[in-house]
Amino acid sequence: MANNVSHTTEYRTLGKVLLVLMFCTFLTITVTGIHLGPLSVTVALVIACVKAYTVMTYFMHLKYESLLLKLLVGFVFVLFVLIILITFIDYAYR
Amino acid sequence: MSEIHHHVEEHRDDEASKLGMWLFIFTELLLFGGLFIVYSIFRHEYYQAFRESSLELSVTIGAINTIALLFSSMTVAMALTAMQKNDKKTALIMIGITLLMALVFLVNKYFEWGHKIEHGLYPGSALMPHLDRGHLLYFSLYFFMTGLHAFHIIVGMVLLTICLFKVKSGSIRTDKYALLENGALYWHLVDLIWIFLFPLMYLIS
Repeated sequence: MANNVSHTTEYRTLGKVLLVLMFCTFLTITVTGIHLGPLSVTVALVIACVKAYTVMTYFMHLKYESLLLKLLVGFVFVLFVLIILITFIDYAYR
Repeated sequence: MSEIHHHVEEHRDDEASKLGMWLFIFTELLLFGGLFIVYSIFRHEYYQAFRESSLELSVTIGAINTIALLFSSMTVAMALTAMQKNDKKTALIMIGITLLMALVFLVNKYFEWGHKIEHGLYPGSALMPHLDRGHLLYFSLYFFMTGLHAFHIIVGMVLLTICLFKVKSGSIRTDKYALLENGALYWHLVDLIWIFLFPLMYLIS
């Protein structure tokens, strides 16, 4: 029976992932608290992306999923970046 | 007739149902993604007003809610691990903790919104049209985006409550946990969205 092929993530790993995520949250709050000017939103978004990547990789088991699913996620990410780019270019040259 | 055909082949494809869940998650990500683009453009245009408005929000409440969601994301992942290890009791406890964290989030949100509503800040209030455009846009986006997110929390709670009862009754088992896996995926999505909502809404410096 190849019906349940999902990978089992150990409790310990999940706990470590939570610690990383908590640390990132602490970092975001601290970094945006000090005045970095326009850099601060960039830093906040980079940290948010790191957190999102961690959640998808370990909590959502993407690390152990099929290549098809990984490619699909990558495709959606690229699609979203393109939508942002096109919207912002349109907005900037109006 | 023969007795050979008595056993019924169950039609089941866990991989496909997981793929279906992911496709749905993509649509959700793009829905919130669109809202984030709207937010970014108005934030760029009315930066000062957005900054002032965001100071009205409590970073402490936002941080507590972030921690509650991250923690619940871990517990729901642990519930799945427990189910895979055929540990029904741990799975039930973990789903229970996840639901409790979701409730903590909503109670916090209730107080947060209640505080705003007391001050006459809510969509359609008498005060809102008198705000200048930047503040109006910030609070409209704030209520819409956090409201849509809170709605997802409620849907996730319903889904996980169903999972809780199905684990209890034994229809989610160690060899049949696709529903719990997909429910957990949905819950992680709710967490993912909040990861971006929190710095964008609460932390503008």
